[in-house]
Amino acid sequence: MSDNVSQGSDQQVSSQPNYLLGLWRNKETRSVILQILTIAVLFAFLAYIINNAVLNLAALGKTFSFDFLGQPASYDINQRLIEYTSQSTHLRAFFVGLLNTLLVAFFGVITATILGFALGVIRLSNNWVASRLVYVFIELTRNVPVLLHILLIHGIIVHILPSPKQAHTLADSIFLSNRGLTIPDPVSGDALTFTVIAFFIAIVGAVYFRSWAKKKREEEGKIYHVFYISAGILFGLPLLVFLLSGMPLTWNVPEMGRFNLKGGITMIPELLALWLALSLYTAAFIAEIVRAGIMAIDKGQWEAAQAVGLTRDRTLNLVIIPQALRIIIPPLTSQYLNLTKNSSLAIAIGYMDIVATLGGITLMQTGKEMETMIIVLFTYLCISLLISSAMNWYNKRLKLVER
Amino acid sequence: MNSNETQNPAEHYAPGTHPDLPPPSSAYGPVYWIRKNLFGNVTNTVLTLLFAYMLWKMVPFLSEWMFLDAAFTGESRKDCEAQAGGACWAFIGSRLPLFIYGFYPEAERWRVDLTFVLLILALVPVLYDATPHRGKGLIFSCLYPLIAAWLLIGGLGLTKVPTDQFGGLMLNVIIGVTGIAFSLPIGIVLALGRQSHLPIVRILCIGFIEFIRGVPLITLLFVAAVMLSYFVPPGTDFDLLVRVLIMVTLFASGYMAEVIRGGLQAIPKGQYEAADGMGLKYWQVMRLVILPQALKISIPGIVNTFIGLYKDTTLVIVIGRLDILGIGNSSLADSKWQGLSTEVYVFVALFFFISCFSISRYSLYLEKKLHTGL
Repeated sequence: MSDNVSQGSDQQVSSQPNYLLGLWRNKETRSVILQILTIAVLFAFLAYIINNAVLNLAALGKTFSFDFLGQPASYDINQRLIEYTSQSTHLRAFFVGLLNTLLVAFFGVITATILGFALGVIRLSNNWVASRLVYVFIELTRNVPVLLHILLIHGIIVHILPSPKQAHTLADSIFLSNRGLTIPDPVSGDALTFTVIAFFIAIVGAVYFRSWAKKKREEEGKIYHVFYISAGILFGLPLLVFLLSGMPLTWNVPEMGRFNLKGGITMIPELLALWLALSLYTAAFIAEIVRAGIMAIDKGQWEAAQAVGLTRDRTLNLVIIPQALRIIIPPLTSQYLNLTKNSSLAIAIGYMDIVATLGGITLMQTGKEMETMIIVLFTYLCISLLISSAMNWYNKRLKLVER
Repeated sequence: MNSNETQNPAEHYAPGTHPDLPPPSSAYGPVYWIRKNLFGNVTNTVLTLLFAYMLWKMVPFLSEWMFLDAAFTGESRKDCEAQAGGACWAFIGSRLPLFIYGFYPEAERWRVDLTFVLLILALVPVLYDATPHRGKGLIFSCLYPLIAAWLLIGGLGLTKVPTDQFGGLMLNVIIGVTGIAFSLPIGIVLALGRQSHLPIVRILCIGFIEFIRGVPLITLLFVAAVMLSYFVPPGTDFDLLVRVLIMVTLFASGYMAEVIRGGLQAIPKGQYEAADGMGLKYWQVMRLVILPQALKISIPGIVNTFIGLYKDTTLVIVIGRLDILGIGNSSLADSKWQGLSTEVYVFVALFFFISCFSISRYSLYLEKKLHTGL
């Protein structure tokens, strides 16, 4: 089509301006022109800023290279999930920071989801006292900056909690003090392998049982207590093997030393504060999402399920929750992304995540602003893409089941 | 009524004319309400008892700490402790100007006050559509950013104030209001670009939006602080506050674009087709038909973006600018007032709660008012 039109105008109109005007008035050629213009402007802009960057770097005597990643970092990191000393390279410091980010994001997402769903359901319950109190909590939490939550909780842990000597303790094995939360450290014996194997077998068994029960339900209408039985398989089998193999697990219980607690795993105050603050803040948002999702389900769905003779629990499990999840999942995804991105606020209290290691100390030490910032931005982009594609996959699966 | 009537009501009333009897006493009234709503079943009873216990523990503690045992006057922490065992609000009181103006020169603070007052005047015609002379008011609102910049920074007859002396609440308001005011038009353009039929424009807009939404604001602030000055010609002086404002605006426009895209997608296709059928051009379709409806649907999202942005203005602390939270945090170092972090954080939290909560209430009101059933 466009070829015909432009050829036609080519033959009929000889003067140059009218020919151009003809091109502009044609919808398809105009869109091509507009796009070429867009690209031209974009490239001109990129060329301009890159040229400026080259000039600026040259003026400062700097080069653009990622060689610094191989050099020793020579700073300490207060929480290491992999081996790291101050002689390790900047690259290793980056990985330590990345793991710290992922650690707090992972645990934050789990606690925020559990707490958020619980709060959302309580908010909907007809218990007046509980619903009102949860409402106050949600509004108080989500209308205050998350940075403030982090600083406040960190301040309470560091300044108000007692020293390890007078630590709050639960059954003399879990200690809470201004040095953080200390819990017993599991020490596994050799025979624990059997329990682990049993656990994996139990997972397969539970999955198989669920599909078998579903088939039975659809073919014969026979209903099993799927949840309880699969939970029984999941926990019962490993527990049985664990007991039979002679309980090959001991606990390294923390003990009071002269100045500090000895043994056990300690969650440093920074991690504890960040984890609690992010969980509470995100849970408040998730609670509202869950409430909106459940409320969006038409009342008729409840009534229809009741009319069919389903109990309240089965109505929730089979009718309401599958539909509500469809509404809940997309905004939930962005809350997970927000939580992960907010974990970068760790730098305010000195938790060494990726921004604090590579974007903070490494940047200051090496003066490689461009390179470090590019790596940090790129890493966050990758994490975000991973989370959103995982959640999109889950969302699609739900949609298929729902049809 | 005598006993005969109550025994045989059917004799005296034609079918369907019997007056309604009151419900049995166990089915209404406060006792019934409490039994139904608080102790309906086991879970409910447990919840009620649990939350009642929490209330019973928390309310006396909080009210004592915040009001009854709190000290409102004093010159140092010792004064506070001598008076009472609760919160030491004297600290906040003694530093209130710092919390509001940061390090803005004392003699020039009237300019900040004037800017705040003018901001409210500029907001009235935007937010309240029955304002008299609304047209002229909107022109003033459009000019307001220039006036505010002139008042705050100075020049043209006013003493110049370097932007690194800006701080406290005024910094939060400046960043928040600038971010939202400029991100709205950019966000609209990005949202339209994302739906464009031109593939290159669409890809560019999607790339930009997804990049902005994929990285934390704090890294963008770092970019503003350390990287952005590389991209301007050598020797150009590029103020840090301006760089931060640019980054915050870009950040907010990414989110704004998604909010507005939601609004655009909610518009039925018939609206586009009808407008096309009238012979309107693309921009006329958008300006006259689509955007007025789409923006109206997006209001809750826009307000939420604003609240989020306003809370995120506290993050400037990581690049060394002291907003209201930063001022609070750094004044903890004062030896006269050591160890009062809880008071400072609670004060700042209350401030944010009051402002954000009232904004969200306003948005609910607006939503109800504009609801036309679409």
